[in-house]
Amino acid sequence: MPDGNISRRTILKASGIAALSAFASPIRAEAPEPTTITPALIEAARKEGKVIYYTSIDLPVSERMGKAFEAKFPGIAVRVERTGAERIFQRIGQEYASNIHAVDVVNSSDASHFIVWKRDGLLAPFVPEDVAKHLPVEQKDPDGLFASFRASLSVIGYNTRLVKAEDAPKSFADLLDPKWAGKMVKAHPGFSGTIMTATYEMSRDIGWAYFEKLAKQRVMQVQSASDPPKKLALGERAVMIDGNEYVLLQLKESGRPVEPVYPVEGSPMIVGPNAVFKAAPNPNAARLFQCFCFGPECQQLVVDFGGMRSFHGQVAEKPGRQPLAGIKVMKEDPAAVEKMSEEIKAHYTKIFRV
Amino acid sequence: MNLTLAVPALPARSNYRFDLSRPILLAFAAALCMLIMLPLSWLVYFSFRDRAGGLTLDNFVQLVTDQTFLDPLVTTVILATSSATICCLVAAPMGWLVARTDMPLRKTVRALVTASFVTPPFLGAVAWELLAAPNSGLLNKVFRTVTGAESDEYLLNIYSLPGLIFVISCYTFPYVFVLVANALDRIPGDLEDASSILGGSAWTTARRVTVPLAMPAVLAGALIAFLQAMTLFGSPAILALPAGFHTMTTKIWSLFQYPPKLELAAAASLPLLVLTVALLRAEAVILGRRGYSVVGGRQGDSRRVPLGRWRWAALAAAFLVLLNPVFLPYGALLNAVFSRVPSEFVWFDNLTLHNIEFVFFELSATGIAFRNTLILCTSAATIGTVMAVVIAYMTSRKAIAWHKALGFLATAPVAVPGIVLGVALFLTYTRPPFVLYGTLWILLIAFITIALPAAYQQLQSAFRVINPDLEEASRILGATRLGTLGRIIAPLLRTSVIATWCFIFIGVIRELSAAVMLFTSDTKVISVLIFDLNESGDLGAIAVLGIIMLVFTFAVVILINRIPGFGGVRLRNT
Repeated sequence: MPDGNISRRTILKASGIAALSAFASPIRAEAPEPTTITPALIEAARKEGKVIYYTSIDLPVSERMGKAFEAKFPGIAVRVERTGAERIFQRIGQEYASNIHAVDVVNSSDASHFIVWKRDGLLAPFVPEDVAKHLPVEQKDPDGLFASFRASLSVIGYNTRLVKAEDAPKSFADLLDPKWAGKMVKAHPGFSGTIMTATYEMSRDIGWAYFEKLAKQRVMQVQSASDPPKKLALGERAVMIDGNEYVLLQLKESGRPVEPVYPVEGSPMIVGPNAVFKAAPNPNAARLFQCFCFGPECQQLVVDFGGMRSFHGQVAEKPGRQPLAGIKVMKEDPAAVEKMSEEIKAHYTKIFRV
Repeated sequence: MNLTLAVPALPARSNYRFDLSRPILLAFAAALCMLIMLPLSWLVYFSFRDRAGGLTLDNFVQLVTDQTFLDPLVTTVILATSSATICCLVAAPMGWLVARTDMPLRKTVRALVTASFVTPPFLGAVAWELLAAPNSGLLNKVFRTVTGAESDEYLLNIYSLPGLIFVISCYTFPYVFVLVANALDRIPGDLEDASSILGGSAWTTARRVTVPLAMPAVLAGALIAFLQAMTLFGSPAILALPAGFHTMTTKIWSLFQYPPKLELAAAASLPLLVLTVALLRAEAVILGRRGYSVVGGRQGDSRRVPLGRWRWAALAAAFLVLLNPVFLPYGALLNAVFSRVPSEFVWFDNLTLHNIEFVFFELSATGIAFRNTLILCTSAATIGTVMAVVIAYMTSRKAIAWHKALGFLATAPVAVPGIVLGVALFLTYTRPPFVLYGTLWILLIAFITIALPAAYQQLQSAFRVINPDLEEASRILGATRLGTLGRIIAPLLRTSVIATWCFIFIGVIRELSAAVMLFTSDTKVISVLIFDLNESGDLGAIAVLGIIMLVFTFAVVILINRIPGFGGVRLRNT
């Protein structure tokens, strides 16, 4: 589907997630030479025997990635350390403050974290060949410290057994209808990077006043952005206000009664970069894993099985899904999130009282 | 194995009692200070500091002026008071039924209360989510099917303050039950007999003899229940956020979010600490008066009140109560293990082994979490038991000067709630001179500290019933001190030592509140793994890990119950 790909990438650019270039520090260094997977790298990685992946990607997907890696490179175990992006950020900060270097490769759904890690000099310059060849220039750090591993949206969703398609909300504004009071679930920006990013974008585009009205709707609050789709699938709540599109798509495609809604105001765009840490305890396995993550095989896996969107030029969207080209998105702005994250959390806690 | 580790350690020291008493005292006092005084000092120090390290009262000012702190405080008070009340109303009559009546299956009821005792409160909370989430909860589904109610009507809503109070009560009532039942066990029947001989009716006897005698235990139980509910982290951590409020413990935990506000967390921990100390003092005063209740000594078995045809009604009531902490939650977890959708009843069309497969073959943290948990359980139980044996020996045989101080230090940690200890240990061991964060040592220290008071009390009472005459007789007959300890004391202590070891083991399996503050990716334990899985709503995987945890725990509990003459030891909630 070459056409689909082109239009998708055009849209990704146009939507301005390209703001990644804003990550660049004022002093521009050259990115290192691209690395291909060589037998020497595999051998060195095998000697280390394992790689530790801190990630906010929902467990079934991240563990599946790990198993795919282990199948391709026997003898190197992947340990997935999954928790919400904001907790990952906190955990790495806490570990590094105590001189504990446990993380090899990181993925976070809050792209602003990479600005901080880069500024603190924690990331290793490393560019897998696929990143150099197949990722659009806006999706990689000019200094070669990180690149966009995945993208997804935060979407509205509903349970098709509890809500008829014609009654389903179409917009964020619809969610303020009293008929949804007590029937909605929402994730929390204090835990989830997706929701942190989405909360920034929504507060910028439709204002904090919206959240204040939303808080009166007796919203069920959960932590991870992966949880609202699961609560929908359980039938615990009829509508989700925000949450991962990719988990919702997985559930829908496995036959569960859930349906995404792309709100007319725009769906918050979430980009999750990957990076290798400079002080990685398993430096070679980390680099091999990073190469694997950006390879077409893993990228197609996170699209087909994971329900995410890929920036890789050779990766096709899965048929039957709403192409990104046709979805109105809210632009992301990691630099602004980085400046405002503390304020966003405080404001949010004040409004929702948790 | 542990016994042989524990016992030979004693004689070597005792042989040179007079030479070594000072160094031993100093070593143990130093170790205990390290365990308890050092972290608490850091906690107090940090609560008076600002982020830059300057001296300030701002943390406390914020604590009493900021609405986001006052709300959790009020919530916690309501929560603790209601739970304590419910616990007393339910557990005191149950304790009486088991201790003083001829209700059938009394032993089974006691065993089932033990089961709710050892169930991790966070696991109980997850199970009750499966049962009583307003829309997907199994009980609400049954309710709608039976009554034909609309799809959005519900009978129970676990995501609410009453819901949380209920779940906390489920796993707190055993504290009251054990206290009351044990107290009633000890009350000699002849007091009641005297009352009836003097013409008192059954009602008069109950009102004027039994209830007053049991009252101190009920009051003490209420205080302990209040304390447990106030400092509990596990259940609120699962239920408070969806319900839309914070308790003090979840609030303290949330202060560890980025950017961490450690000084504020320290300040918020202090009220919990102060209240705990005060309540434990009150409990000691109340229980201290109990002395009068056993003036006459124990004369044979206590008299049992015949319930007549109410026997089975009483049993039914007891089982109805036990439905809540044991049968329903365990059933829900077991159901979730095998169900494709955790909140649907397992049937042929949705039966799956996927959850089990996921936990064992996909979830990469499973192995390391099990390994760490096992290492920590075994080593904390072993080291904790050895420490408790040595300290109990020294205090009960008055082997060294200042033995009372040792005993006090060993019991002091009981006044430190798990979450407070977690904060304090984090502050202590992430900075020089002792950087232990990121190792299993910091968790080991936390677990030993938490376990020590109960272990020490257990062994101290075991030593107390062994008359020193036995040791002296052995010595007079020519045995060495070492031989005496090996041949007289060790066999007599064996059951207590094993029981203590098992209790520490169980306590460590279910510990969450300190562990959640102290773990890193390499030092994850099962309880923390479950906690992380809850964040993303992976209920099936939680159910699998939870059931494994329970199987482990019950294997140990059954082992304890096979030990004859084993009395109740206080476990604490996490």
